[in-house]
Amino acid sequence: MNRFTLKESMIMKIHYVTGLAAMLVVAIHILMRLISPYNLTLQYDHVILNYHNLLYAAVLESILVLISIHGFNGLRIILLELRQGMYWENGVIVATIVAMIAVVLYGTRTIIIASGLGL
Amino acid sequence: MDSETENITKTKSSIGRRKIALKIFRTNTAKSNKTYFDSYVIPIQPWTTVLDGLLYAKSYADSSIGIRYSCRMASCGSCGMKINGVPRLACYTKISDLEGFEVVCEPLPNFPIIRDLVTDFGQFFSHHKSVNPYLIKKHIDRGESAELSQSHCQSPEEVEKYLQFSYCIKCGLCYSACPTVATDVKFPGPQALSQLYRYYADSRDTGRDRLATVDNRHGIWRCHFAGSCSRVCPKGVDPALGIQLLRSYMLGISKNQPK
Repeated sequence: MNRFTLKESMIMKIHYVTGLAAMLVVAIHILMRLISPYNLTLQYDHVILNYHNLLYAAVLESILVLISIHGFNGLRIILLELRQGMYWENGVIVATIVAMIAVVLYGTRTIIIASGLGL
Repeated sequence: MDSETENITKTKSSIGRRKIALKIFRTNTAKSNKTYFDSYVIPIQPWTTVLDGLLYAKSYADSSIGIRYSCRMASCGSCGMKINGVPRLACYTKISDLEGFEVVCEPLPNFPIIRDLVTDFGQFFSHHKSVNPYLIKKHIDRGESAELSQSHCQSPEEVEKYLQFSYCIKCGLCYSACPTVATDVKFPGPQALSQLYRYYADSRDTGRDRLATVDNRHGIWRCHFAGSCSRVCPKGVDPALGIQLLRSYMLGISKNQPK
């Protein structure tokens, strides 16, 4: 199993970088509300229009990827501290990677469909 | 009224200005998992330590009390125990410094109990051993050259980098206070990690591969930086600082001086 794993220091570097980068893109995402009328923010057409802005769609995609990596790695750490044992640890790592990929794929699919790129 | 209740009642009624109740955790894991507390009334002076109290109880009330101790001067690190809920050295804790008229002594948390206040340090020492707690120097000048006496010289600045960490007496108080050790037995603990930093920061050491021993999923990155290790250290060592400094080396923020 070790041949598939990164060094923990590298994983933690990724963890810290994704955390900081996620703060930046989430800040951009929140600040976008300041330049659009508040009452329109949750209107279907307005939301779809946001997705059609490719730059904004890229911000949403990066939020999805960064938070998924950061969040699922955090979950892996919590679960590894909760219990120890080869089967548990390897199972947790595989499960969190699979879950992370699944969430990113599903979210990316939503972004692609909403932005009209999939049509 | 059963004998135990009567004993405690007697204890409380006889508590005066110069006496306190010493409540000691009792068990013998070799015989059963049953645990209980025994209370003893002991006379105190302003300078009486918890270890003095325990030894008084052992000498005059119950010789079967299990305690580990040696130097009585906070040098050997043998008499670590949880006193009134906090890991401390019994020989270094004056009863007059504690609040209330009852002193509760329990074995150190995060250590397997052997008997009464005596715990098993096997796992703790194996973590300590795993970080190679000694100087690694590949090329030692054995004295043929004139620079022999200079070969291990260090400047005060170089010594300052690791000096406080060399005061560790391996008493295990930091290990017992660590919340990560409580849930993750594979975590080396603050003592081993701070000792790793102590040797890594030493300019005489050439063991560049030291960090690999703790760069794993249960290694240094599992520290939550709760800081309780530094709070309980009786020698003024700051293991939490050592761990953070070590992390900064591993992240490439700090660079070690040329060795």
